[in-house]
Amino acid sequence: MSVDPAIALSDDERDALAELVNIGVSRAAASLRTMIGREILLSVPSVQVVTRLEAARIIGERDPEMLVAVHQAFDGEVCGRALLIFPQTKSLELVRAVTGGELPLEDIIELEQEALAETGNIILNGCLATIANLLRRSLKISLPEIIRGSGTDLFDLAGVSEEESVALFLYIDFAVRDRDIRGYIAMLMDLPALAALKRLIGDLIDREAESA
Amino acid sequence: MSYKVLIVDDSKLARMSVAKVLHGLHPDWTRVEAANADEAIARARAEKPDIVLLDVNMPGRDGLELAADLRALDAGMPMAVISANIQQEIVARSHEVGAAFLPKPLTEKALANFLLGAQARLKSTAT
Repeated sequence: MSVDPAIALSDDERDALAELVNIGVSRAAASLRTMIGREILLSVPSVQVVTRLEAARIIGERDPEMLVAVHQAFDGEVCGRALLIFPQTKSLELVRAVTGGELPLEDIIELEQEALAETGNIILNGCLATIANLLRRSLKISLPEIIRGSGTDLFDLAGVSEEESVALFLYIDFAVRDRDIRGYIAMLMDLPALAALKRLIGDLIDREAESA
Repeated sequence: MSYKVLIVDDSKLARMSVAKVLHGLHPDWTRVEAANADEAIARARAEKPDIVLLDVNMPGRDGLELAADLRALDAGMPMAVISANIQQEIVARSHEVGAAFLPKPLTEKALANFLLGAQARLKSTAT
């Protein structure tokens, strides 16, 4: 993996980005907690600039099994894609938790698509909206879409499969207390989006540095 | 009366944000910063802060564990946990260790209210 140093993040930019994601996901986790009625445990976020291939490899290594993702595109001064990813085997468990755990299996299977999309929508929208507010920009967020497959399948959407295209890869793990549910949130952006994001992050750092 | 405030957060940006709000309210107060729990304990021992503002989600020991350790060092020190993680478990655990809970991003109003209470407490223990 070799990344052009011109788009590499400085320590301050990486720090600011991790903090933005941390605030966004923490807020979103509080919404999920309301839906599920159990505490959501979060990891410290990780921020990396990697190629799309590398991002798929990282996901594949963490979870070699089939994955399910809720995917939403965001568009504005910065555009990219946000994914809420679970191992396929955990997705029914999540649906069961969200629907209250009283439903028979066939109903849960029937509801899976819809419940995943709604859960993803609440988490990803909550996270993206918080980040957009902190950056003082508005983002258009697409409707949720469910994708199933390997890490490569998830990151190989809409024809943007150039092997060397660079992705800003942010992820944060979450788990539900006392339930066998875990997953993570990833965000992908390409080169022009990353350059735009660097500018907004720079503005944010400058604002916070005023008279501090 | 000028106080010394310890700000603990693994993110430099987050420390800057808190410092900025604090500076706006009390430009004459002294700030001490730490980026993790171990550093915070060392700084608390060396600098004897009057008030602590701390983050929850940090690598290593998290802010709630740190708050309990700091509480053991100083039973009466006003502390506030600052986090975007507004889940009731986090808020409840903050209160259990005797810390206030302030949502992140921190507003001037939220910090001002906490500091008013903190100052009152510090004055009453000083006399």
